[in-house]
Amino acid sequence: MTSPSIEPKAHSHGLGDIPFSKLATHGSFDVNDFPVPNGREEEWRFTPIRRLKGLHDGSAVADGTDKLDVDAPEGVTVERVGRDDSRIGKAGFPADRVVAQAHTSFEEATVVTVAQGKALDRHVTIDREAQGGTRFDQYVIDVKPLAEAVIVLNQTGTGVRAGSVDVHVGEGARLTLVSVQDWDGDTVDVTQHNAQVAKDATFKSIVVTLGGDLVRLSPKVAYTGRGGNAELHGLYFTGDGQHHEHRSLIDHNLSHTRSRVEYKGALSGKDAHGVWIGDVIIGEGTTGTDSYEHNRNLQLTDDTRVDSVPNLEIFTGEVEGAGHAAASGRLDDIHLFYLRSRGIPEDEARRLVIRGYFLELINRIPVEQLRDDIMAKVERKLAAHE
Amino acid sequence: MTKFEIRGLRADVLIGEDERQEILKGVDLTINSGETHAIMGPNGSGKSTLAYAIAGHPRYEITEGEVLVDGENILEMSVDERARAGVFLAMQYPVEVPGVSMSNFLRSSVTAVRGEAPKLRQFSKELQGAMKDLSIDPTFAARGVNEGFSGGEKKRHEILQLELLKPKVAILDETDSGLDVDALKVVSEGVNRAKAGGEMGVMLITHYTRILNYVKPDFVHVFANGRVAESGGPELADTLEAEGYERFVKAGA
Repeated sequence: MTSPSIEPKAHSHGLGDIPFSKLATHGSFDVNDFPVPNGREEEWRFTPIRRLKGLHDGSAVADGTDKLDVDAPEGVTVERVGRDDSRIGKAGFPADRVVAQAHTSFEEATVVTVAQGKALDRHVTIDREAQGGTRFDQYVIDVKPLAEAVIVLNQTGTGVRAGSVDVHVGEGARLTLVSVQDWDGDTVDVTQHNAQVAKDATFKSIVVTLGGDLVRLSPKVAYTGRGGNAELHGLYFTGDGQHHEHRSLIDHNLSHTRSRVEYKGALSGKDAHGVWIGDVIIGEGTTGTDSYEHNRNLQLTDDTRVDSVPNLEIFTGEVEGAGHAAASGRLDDIHLFYLRSRGIPEDEARRLVIRGYFLELINRIPVEQLRDDIMAKVERKLAAHE
Repeated sequence: MTKFEIRGLRADVLIGEDERQEILKGVDLTINSGETHAIMGPNGSGKSTLAYAIAGHPRYEITEGEVLVDGENILEMSVDERARAGVFLAMQYPVEVPGVSMSNFLRSSVTAVRGEAPKLRQFSKELQGAMKDLSIDPTFAARGVNEGFSGGEKKRHEILQLELLKPKVAILDETDSGLDVDALKVVSEGVNRAKAGGEMGVMLITHYTRILNYVKPDFVHVFANGRVAESGGPELADTLEAEGYERFVKAGA
């Protein structure tokens, strides 16, 4: 067993043995509970271990710094706290050794709190610039009941980074979390997002991964009350030699919860590698779960690689909806034909179709200026590949 | 004055890697500007293939013949060059292109065909007017190209493009199919507006005579077994209406 601790199963109801999910809803905060991975393990088999720069075997030394700039409206508090802060590590266990290493080794954490009932009049921006070296980090985002917030974590710079982002969306609250991985080309980033979605709360995660040498991001969602709704949207543009891996897990541990997972990527250039693992668990005894996940990959050149793996585990017969779809391929020549049949030259038609592919997802971002900012970043990356 | 000529056109549909089938078996047809030619025929006779082959659809390959616009063979041009040379195809099944807004698409298209970008304000006025003429709700401009449109909405947008691009030759591939009478009238009026200048030639492909009550043809051709089987005036449509395509289907078999 690769994940040694035994967490009480959230969907246990005391009626004896229940089927045990193969998917990792368990884990440990202690790095020593995980063996050093060799790359053959199920959860590591797509990741180029050698490019983790020692994050996986304890050899990485925490010597790096980040520059943080926070812009937050009234109703938001941002604190830098130490290891012993009680709010850290309450949203879920690290599911792999690197994330556990970060939890074991971090020295400082950032806690962002949105006050109860507060609907923010503008979004929170956290600009995080990695300034070299290795750094382990913890973020806690606590959106109190009935609050409404859009929070943007904009990550740039160079270095080796690992950590967790814990997210608590309180009862009836609404949070859109935009996490942008716009790292320099040599950066390594292994991060787990743990979201706890309370009764009638809505959590929207938008992940935009453009930069880095290796990005492995694992967004996980569990529910603490009925009526919780989680939407995970992801966009990645993976260029020459880049490894972008997204591993989502939705644990429908309670009845009447909803989830949508939609990840869309484009890959261009030699050895560009995109990985999407979409795990969904619909727990024993639950009813009224509504779940759908979807991954699409646009392979702009032939020398790219995509691994797309949906896993759906259902332990109940009372499901409202559960489905998945995955498709990878080149630009649709019928789309191009239609645009070109209206006189639009081929290169411009390609640009329109690729932008449209991403815009479909970007248009789900609630703030216009944010949409424009993110599209501008995507444009820059696209321009480099045309 | 434009002359649009199809000469000895043969084309295959590409089915799989090594599989293909000849659909067009030597098509000859000449359309002068201002003329409307109805192409009628049974299902599977190759009418739509003719339309798509001329436009350069990737599923079809032309094996012989030429298509000339004022003497210039457009088959030697790329798909977009053909459109810029003045050939427009209103498709039977317009393609959905997610995420590309209709207004952005139309502006790119008009810019490419006219050779210069229209002034933004002027264009948006022109677009609004053209949409109103076709009873298209203005909110469609912000939606993705054909994305989630009903069949009728797609057809209206094809004619919207026809009116904006003002081609020399318009090929309308079963533009009437799936339309109720009201929508058919709106769409036909759009075609007639585009014809009004007297410069545009029209190849109107249809299975039914119904649209010919609204868009009057000068010539009617029966298309069967991959070629023009018979040509005549508007009265030929009435004969087909009365007798059906049976005699042509038999002849082809």
